[in-house]
Amino acid sequence: MSASDDDVGGAPERDWEEVQSGPEFTELRRRLRVFVFPLTAFFITWYLLYVLMATYAPDFMATPVFGNVNVGLVFGLLQFVTTFVITGLYARYADRRLDPIADKLRHELEETK
Amino acid sequence: MTTPASLLLADTGGTITEINPVLNMSVFGLFVLVTLFIVFRASRNTKTAADYYAAGRSFSGPQNGFAIAGDYLSAASFLGICGAIAINGYDGFLYSIGFLVAWLVALLLVAELLRNTGKFTMGDVLAFRMRQRPVRAAAAIATLAVSFFYLLAQMAGGGSLVNLLLGIEGEVGQNVVIAVVGVVMIVYVLIGGMKGTTWVQIIKAGLLISGALAMTVWVLALHGFNLSELLADAAARPDGKGEALLAPGAQYGESWLTKLDFLSLGVALVLGTAGLPHVLMRFYTVPTAKEARRSVVWAIALIGLFYLFTLVLGYGAGALVGADEINGAPGGVNSAAPLLALALGGPLLLGFIAAVAFATILAVVAGLTITASASFAHDVYVNVLRRGASDQVNEVKVARITALVIGAMAIAGGILAKNQNVAFLVALAFAVAASANLPTILYTLFWRRFNTSGALWSMYGGLGAALLLIVFSPAVSGGEKSMIPGVDFALFPLSNPGIVSIPLSFLLGWVGTMLSSERNPKKQAEMEVRSLTGAGAEKAVAH
Repeated sequence: MSASDDDVGGAPERDWEEVQSGPEFTELRRRLRVFVFPLTAFFITWYLLYVLMATYAPDFMATPVFGNVNVGLVFGLLQFVTTFVITGLYARYADRRLDPIADKLRHELEETK
Repeated sequence: MTTPASLLLADTGGTITEINPVLNMSVFGLFVLVTLFIVFRASRNTKTAADYYAAGRSFSGPQNGFAIAGDYLSAASFLGICGAIAINGYDGFLYSIGFLVAWLVALLLVAELLRNTGKFTMGDVLAFRMRQRPVRAAAAIATLAVSFFYLLAQMAGGGSLVNLLLGIEGEVGQNVVIAVVGVVMIVYVLIGGMKGTTWVQIIKAGLLISGALAMTVWVLALHGFNLSELLADAAARPDGKGEALLAPGAQYGESWLTKLDFLSLGVALVLGTAGLPHVLMRFYTVPTAKEARRSVVWAIALIGLFYLFTLVLGYGAGALVGADEINGAPGGVNSAAPLLALALGGPLLLGFIAAVAFATILAVVAGLTITASASFAHDVYVNVLRRGASDQVNEVKVARITALVIGAMAIAGGILAKNQNVAFLVALAFAVAASANLPTILYTLFWRRFNTSGALWSMYGGLGAALLLIVFSPAVSGGEKSMIPGVDFALFPLSNPGIVSIPLSFLLGWVGTMLSSERNPKKQAEMEVRSLTGAGAEKAVAH
């Protein structure tokens, strides 16, 4: 069995292309992409900047901020902070902006099967 | 060291001779007994393929989040990172950041879409809109390669720990312990399937994270809950690297080549996670894509917290135990965390941490074995060899036999590889995962034009490039710490191939796609709609 054949079963082949080009699905895809693509670009750049700084600017990273805590440590801890914040933002966005459309489309698709 | 610190430490600097093997083994034995009991109970409901591979898709998001953390926080994370921070300071911290940030790729781009389109394996998703047999074969080969290197790393790490934690010396004793670990793992996988394996991982994650939390609070309490003071104590040790511990460069700052090598490692770490088959397979154990999202959110929180703990534990080991004693201990750098436990809480805490370290290896190895066996049975046996003509009973039987074979190979490989460089094997697994799997996963989910030819070019090209560059790297030959120290055929200057093989794999995926005229708009539309909406996604099994 291929990954999908058994799900489609004996029912007439659904016109997925029609759903794909429909306004609701297009909006769902747009909402997903306008959120995750820029964020991905951001965190990859932010992480690479960190790795590059740690590799090629160790003296700057060794600059003390307070006590024995230096720029490098703060920068590293900020990577944790941004990871947690992005996770939270995405979870909220998906709950509010993606799930309602996805749920509605799924119910429609599964009922008309 | 400050005065309150020395007061709180009953007998400062507990030494290696205080290690009590009987106590360590008893704690570990207790863990095995409890988990075996749970595995037996969990196995009563394992009937169908969905039960065996995906635990009936019945775990909740938070449960799966713990299991992911249990699967991901390997011995390399715990012992390796603590040790690296204790000895090399800041540079060890860089690893944990790569391992953590990598989860955003899984969260934003992969987890939910994969859960919605696949059934049991990575191959289900990659082959969805392609020609089934060649793509499934390639996905299975990549899965087996990644799992095998990862497995070897865990088993080798286990072997080198035996000396330290159980006080067992000599070849035979070590081999026996590796074999025992392997046999227990096989029992988990054969009997408990994914449900049993998941419970082992959940329990282990709970033990590991609470143990690390307790030690972190302890270390901070010794330093008046002042991070700056802890750093000062670590830098003040005469046997350590001094102020250099606090800034990057102690390990990787030697030359432009070592710097480039680090960059390559950084890229492989951040892109590797979302291509690790045993991580991907965990997303099938929850009922919906929404639960898959919740499980990644939980996993990120747990893994992030844990890596923050390792920062404190690493510097704590540097400050309270010291580099000389860590380097002099039988486990070398890996012994930093256990020695810190000994210094803090004496033999009892060491016994607990030792048992957790073994449980870690056990749980990760079980997760890898079930993934590799699922990929062989589901992708190769059912879909390539039998062309889909096989029932579930037969498929699960093949998966169990495969698990047995892989378990035996892991024991043999672990015995042979026990003196190998563990970090090299783990980095290799990440680089292969990022090169062979991630480009195809992203292309197939987000690029409409992508086709079979592109998938094959990218997967085989990425896998081949990563393996070739590793073979001709200083990690294998030509250096002091190489696998084969005597000879030198290191034509490629970097130990980690990621910076070359990952972009190459993306490029090959594009070239291969363009060279073929294959288009399948119907299947592409079906995959895209299903991946985003969850329509027709696999449901949880009701018992």
